Amino acid sequence: MSDHEYTPKSKAGKWFNDRLPLLSLASHLTDYPTPKNLNYWWTFGGILTFCLLTQIITGIVLAMHYVAHADLAFSSVEHIMRDVNYGWLIRYVHSNGASMFFLAVYIHIFRSLFYGSYKSPRELIWIIGILIYILMMAAAFMGYVLPWGQMSFWGATVITNLFSAIPLVGESITTWLWGAYSVDNPTLNRFFSLHYLIPFLIVGLVVLHIWALHIPGNNNPVGIDVRKPSKDTVPFHPYITIKDTFALLLFAIIFAGFVFFAPNVLGHSDNYIPANPMVTPAHIVPEWYLLPFYAILRSVPDKLGGVILMFSAIFILIILPWLDTSKVRSSVFRPIYRQFFWILVIDVLMLGYVGAMPAEGIYLISARVGTVYYFLHFLVVLPVVGYLEKTDPIPMSISEPVISGSANLSMAKKDNEKI
Amino acid sequence: MKKFNLIKIFSIFIIFFLSTKPLLSAESTDPIKVKWSFKGITGKFERDSLQRGFQVYKEVCSSCHSMQYLSYRNLGEQGGPEFTAEEVKAIAASFEVEDGPDSQGEMFIRPGRPSDKFVSPYPNVNASKAANGGAYPPDMSLLVKARPGGSNYIYSVLVGYEEKPEGFILDDGVYYNKYMNGNKIKMSQPLSEGIVEYTDGTEATVEQMAKDVTTFLTWAAEPELEARHKTGIKVLIYLILLSILVYLSMKKIWSRVDSEI
Repeated sequence: MSDHEYTPKSKAGKWFNDRLPLLSLASHLTDYPTPKNLNYWWTFGGILTFCLLTQIITGIVLAMHYVAHADLAFSSVEHIMRDVNYGWLIRYVHSNGASMFFLAVYIHIFRSLFYGSYKSPRELIWIIGILIYILMMAAAFMGYVLPWGQMSFWGATVITNLFSAIPLVGESITTWLWGAYSVDNPTLNRFFSLHYLIPFLIVGLVVLHIWALHIPGNNNPVGIDVRKPSKDTVPFHPYITIKDTFALLLFAIIFAGFVFFAPNVLGHSDNYIPANPMVTPAHIVPEWYLLPFYAILRSVPDKLGGVILMFSAIFILIILPWLDTSKVRSSVFRPIYRQFFWILVIDVLMLGYVGAMPAEGIYLISARVGTVYYFLHFLVVLPVVGYLEKTDPIPMSISEPVISGSANLSMAKKDNEKI
Repeated sequence: MKKFNLIKIFSIFIIFFLSTKPLLSAESTDPIKVKWSFKGITGKFERDSLQRGFQVYKEVCSSCHSMQYLSYRNLGEQGGPEFTAEEVKAIAASFEVEDGPDSQGEMFIRPGRPSDKFVSPYPNVNASKAANGGAYPPDMSLLVKARPGGSNYIYSVLVGYEEKPEGFILDDGVYYNKYMNGNKIKMSQPLSEGIVEYTDGTEATVEQMAKDVTTFLTWAAEPELEARHKTGIKVLIYLILLSILVYLSMKKIWSRVDSEI
């Protein structure tokens, strides 16, 4: 955080700034010293902000035309698709935007895991980030229910039924969540209300996320503390803003590719069939971004056990900063952990894949192995490797990485780019 | 050493899942891959095919299947069959629509107008089930989007009626179809050679009719398809040009710093 005092040049500016230091804030944000060696994995913060704003703006427009009623929701979505000017564009941006949002957030989270961005002194940034992620999942789940198609209805039924696994009060809680004795119109209404609320909670948490970031400043690929400002840093504007803009445009090209040329590949065709409580789809699957957790849920034969394990898989991330015992942040200098990191990536991808498949035979076995490994990684690998690992030599500063550890650094970078 | 490990892990992962893939599609035959004019990023509907497809829908399908999300006016809109305004009026007027109540409080029947929704063959789902031996003929407005194989699947089912294999047991009113899940379908073969007489002189083979009506149903499910493709290409060109400009600006700005970007 830059400590310099900002004084507006104009009299009016000074008058305003003395009463509400918005200009000082703007000055802080533009001058904010950022490590100059940030790679493209660091551009996803800006991309995620863009995703959040896109979802909010398209969502507000959709809400102007959408009707949250069990008898009308499905046809009001068709009304948006057919009769509202550019309604198809707004809806496809919103529905594919959710997928893009999760794609970006997963890259953002795994970047943090690879470079140890969650470690001291950035634990709170990480925890706030995980809270944002949890809220995102809640918002996405409820949003998926709103079109009131078959997958909406049955997805809602499966997920809300999870709460009935809670001993003694489970049934009552489920009924309370539904507002009825099954997923019905009251459920749809409250999901719509909450779906509209959560994004604004996320905005609040994003402000805290960035605020907490601006106290220690950005981590960087080398993972060492950087003196700020120094010749290792550049001001946020124009250096990072232009780079973030470039990365955002590349992201937008992929985004547009989905919206205009394959708007339904990430969805499920059953959701174009109106909800029917009398007909259960052959396979009930959530959206792709929830599949790894769905696989964990189904890997346990006991319902309560599955629910506990699934929620643990998410909440374990909160204590991650204290599970990792290594003082070295960046995996670039951690030859052993680096391998486990990639195994975790593959493990999560595999869980996602088997989550989409029927829970039987080879898929069920894979899901179980994957689940066990997921928890092993966080509960055993992370603490133990931190103790035993002999890390590579760490450079003194970003500008002078050319010491004995440099060969490893450049090699790791190359590997990174390939993957 | 490290690279080798990664490659090994990835290959095992990929081989493992490729080898399990065939297990999934064991139950029904994969749909026929048709060369549709509307596929690809510049894809468009064939106007003639859409108009013929509407004729097939009107004369064959519409006796059982509703299309509740379409209005007659859609038939004249850009990117669709593009019937002329006069033709759309005539098509709409050929249907009887219940309207009302009038000033006497009575419901009355009048000829359809372009603004009317497509008239459904049955007043409600139960009536349609009662008339079709308990099977519900699904609404067709979204059918192409609501089936995993999309257009290819709809086409395949339409041409997929065959004699049942030896020993395959079918109940009364159930037919054998090669592409249907479980090979059983409650709809009797809807298309037969010459069931429709095309006004433009095209020969009405089963394949031709299936192709035309599937094209029509694809448009019905995605009436925005042509506009979407056209806008999409413009958006992509714009984004690519802009990212080149931003890239060059970025290079220039970062040249002041001794760091890679």
